[in-house]
Amino acid sequence: MTNQPQGKETTMTEIVSDQGVPVGAQPSRWSRERVVALLLDQSTLIVFVAMLVIAMLLTDRFYTFENFTNIMRQCVPLGVVSLGLLFVILTGGIDLSVGSLMAIVSVVVALSIPTYGLFGALIIGLLTGTLFGAISGALVAYFRIAPFIATLAVMTIARGAGLIISKGQPEFINDEGFNDFGIASFLGLPTTVYVLFICFAVALFLYKKTVFGRLVISIGSNEIATRFAGIRVERYKFGVYMISGFACAVAGIIASTRTGVGSPILAIGFELDAIAAVVVGGASLAGGRGRVFNTIIGALILSVISNVMNLLNIPGYHQQVVKGVIIVLAVLLESLKLRLSSRS
Amino acid sequence: MQSPAIVIEGVKKHFGGVRALSDFNLTVEKGTIHAIVGENGAGKSTLMKILSGIYTRDAGRILLDGEEVHFETPQQSREKGVGIVHQELALSPDLSVAENIFLDDLGRGTPLVDWTSINARAGQLLKSFGFPIDPRRRAGDLTVAYQQMVEITKSLAKEVNILILDEPTAVLTAPEIDLLFDNLRRLKAKGVTILYISHRLEEIFRIADGITVVKDGVTICDLDPKTCSENDIITAMVGRELKSLFPEKLPPREEPLFEIRHLTRRGVIEDINLTVHKGEIVGLAGLIGSGRTEIAECIFGFARYQHGEMVKNGRKVSVAHPADAVAQGIGLVPENRKEQGAVLAMGIDANMTMSRLGGVSRFGVIRHGHEQTLTQKLREQLRIKLGKLGDPVMSLSGGNQQKVVLAKWLNVGCDFLVFDEPTRGVDVGAKSEIYNIIHRLAEEGKGLLVISSELPEVIGLCHRVYVMADGHVAGELAGDELSEERIMSLAIPKRSIQ
Ligand SMILES: Nc1ncnc2c1ncn2[C@@H]1O[C@H](COP(=O)(O)OP(=O)(O)OP(=O)(O)O)[C@@H](O)[C@H]1O
Ligand SMILES: [Mg+2]
Repeated sequence: MTNQPQGKETTMTEIVSDQGVPVGAQPSRWSRERVVALLLDQSTLIVFVAMLVIAMLLTDRFYTFENFTNIMRQCVPLGVVSLGLLFVILTGGIDLSVGSLMAIVSVVVALSIPTYGLFGALIIGLLTGTLFGAISGALVAYFRIAPFIATLAVMTIARGAGLIISKGQPEFINDEGFNDFGIASFLGLPTTVYVLFICFAVALFLYKKTVFGRLVISIGSNEIATRFAGIRVERYKFGVYMISGFACAVAGIIASTRTGVGSPILAIGFELDAIAAVVVGGASLAGGRGRVFNTIIGALILSVISNVMNLLNIPGYHQQVVKGVIIVLAVLLESLKLRLSSRS
Repeated sequence: MQSPAIVIEGVKKHFGGVRALSDFNLTVEKGTIHAIVGENGAGKSTLMKILSGIYTRDAGRILLDGEEVHFETPQQSREKGVGIVHQELALSPDLSVAENIFLDDLGRGTPLVDWTSINARAGQLLKSFGFPIDPRRRAGDLTVAYQQMVEITKSLAKEVNILILDEPTAVLTAPEIDLLFDNLRRLKAKGVTILYISHRLEEIFRIADGITVVKDGVTICDLDPKTCSENDIITAMVGRELKSLFPEKLPPREEPLFEIRHLTRRGVIEDINLTVHKGEIVGLAGLIGSGRTEIAECIFGFARYQHGEMVKNGRKVSVAHPADAVAQGIGLVPENRKEQGAVLAMGIDANMTMSRLGGVSRFGVIRHGHEQTLTQKLREQLRIKLGKLGDPVMSLSGGNQQKVVLAKWLNVGCDFLVFDEPTRGVDVGAKSEIYNIIHRLAEEGKGLLVISSELPEVIGLCHRVYVMADGHVAGELAGDELSEERIMSLAIPKRSIQ
């Protein structure tokens, strides 16, 4: 029962092209074919491990406990947002509003704490993110606006709204519990990492076990046929943007627990990192293909890259160039992989 | 002595653990039309894909005009003059007809595209084959039949010596088939060698000079269409004799199950009235573009209509979305399997349960064990030939894909089912199984509406047939009145006669 869905995930994600399909029925021995298939299958993980090794060779400050804690902390918002975004991308959509939503949620939470208390403020924050996600979802699913355009509009609106309600100023948060959460540790791991674990588990469950996950993949693979099967495709498309909005809210809150401020200029350009993480994780922007675990690895890869470059004191502008190159390489690897497996 | 146009010796091909071809042998003389027949999954399309450079063979020899060839890419086969029309339509829906036809060389060797000349040349080509299609139309807006004609034109846009047609008539009706055959005879007279795959045996007698029967990836015999009978082919193909294709028709019940009153969709169908009783199999015959599929789409909530109503079990139903239709117990096996019928990249099991995931889930969580048991049962019931239930549908042969779509709707348990070309691309054995399934549904008191371009099927299967012409119901035939001549005389629109 437990390893069955793993196989399932593979069949759904491993589809290649119109003509050539690598189909199951693998030889049971450790044949060359099988090893190659396994390596191809786990290429994201392999790239990640390779990067860890390279990082170790480049600087001895990489393999320290503090640094690992640091990377994990940094990775949490990106990981959470990427998981939400994965579902949008699985339907063949895109969500550009993620960074702006994080910002407005952080501002809303910071402004609400004095009046509604911490708990109330968190609820309001989560609702705000989900609501903006719902707006994107409605525009895409019911008004049939292209996802790129719809979420571009929501991105601009949310950013603007965040600046308006905060009057363009960072809002300091005076709640000890809140601020502690971002820097505290539990059982040796940063507390925020547990939030990422929970989000990961929920995403994996949604993806593998639920009707929702099944239909999201189906819509991304062939929306028309899914509609012809009598599925209310619109609902699911609406749903994925809500999930993404919710994930942004969680990420926005976590980001402000680290800094202790609600900032309207938080996470500018974050959508590009998130899209990169999902794509580096092997998802197809055309929809229907992508994995939860690999998305997290994708987020980790991006976090490690920035971390190592910081350790090596590489200036910010150079970092951008390196990041871009690595994204291109990752995507090239993915398409090479598809071509290889379609040939065998 | 001239060497044969095509010689294939001992060709093998496997996909993972599936052996698609294990020993394929074929010799075809230049300037002949050679038919290849076999059950679904026998390996016909696989061989054609090897011949056209999409797959590479594992073993064996292929000689064209006496010269051994080994194609790695479709381009290489094209250069050798091999043209192919694939079983699955593969036009780019957002491009125009002309762009699709000349897709591999839009600029004629230059980086600039001269649209006027492309459109003109495409128009000429289409006209020379007698296909009434505007080269500027968006390909995705054409019906599948017209798309098929575009595919055929595309395969002939360059000089070819060998033309491969993989079930070209599956989506065509009688007049277009006549047109196609005229074209094939003309090509043959010019010396083109044609490989022709079809599950419609009567066509093979009309057009083929030779027949090769394939079973489980092995060519088992060559037959001569001048001397053999349809039964000889079926026996060789299936490995046993098939008594009769159609089950005996049982009388339907009295109560009407589903009625359409005054259904009008502007510009497409007008004032359609039809009734399907419980236990009745009703046919919808007519030419391409006569509005049959549009009726199906209105019933299923996929298309809007301006006037009219639908009544099921005496109650008015309103269907604004396919999901409404399913909720009302109405199902549709659509005409275009690749785009509408199945999600090809998803698992066979996932496709089968898709329309009723509620049956295999609790609180939105899929119960994997339940799903496996259920899909295993459906698979046995429909005798689907597959590797694993989790394999993607696209790994199945065409006929088996169709059975997966049927399984999906059997699983929903609708009491009114519309079948749009249910046996398209399905072999005789499977056809008779599908007919049996349709009859069993009728026996259970369900109502069935069958749209089909294959007249023998309409006549053999249905109690009653509505014939459509030009968006109207031109007539209704039942019992002894059912004959190909009477259906065709109603189907050909009067005004186009002169
Ligand atoms: N890309 C593929 N991957 C895995 N298996 C495949 C693939 N293509 C074909 N097969 C398998 O090879 C066998 C032969 O398939 P093929 O499509 O050649 O059959 P066919 O004779 O054309 O049948 P039909 O009449 O249904 O079109 C089938 O068992 C099919 O499942
Ligand atoms: Mg085939």
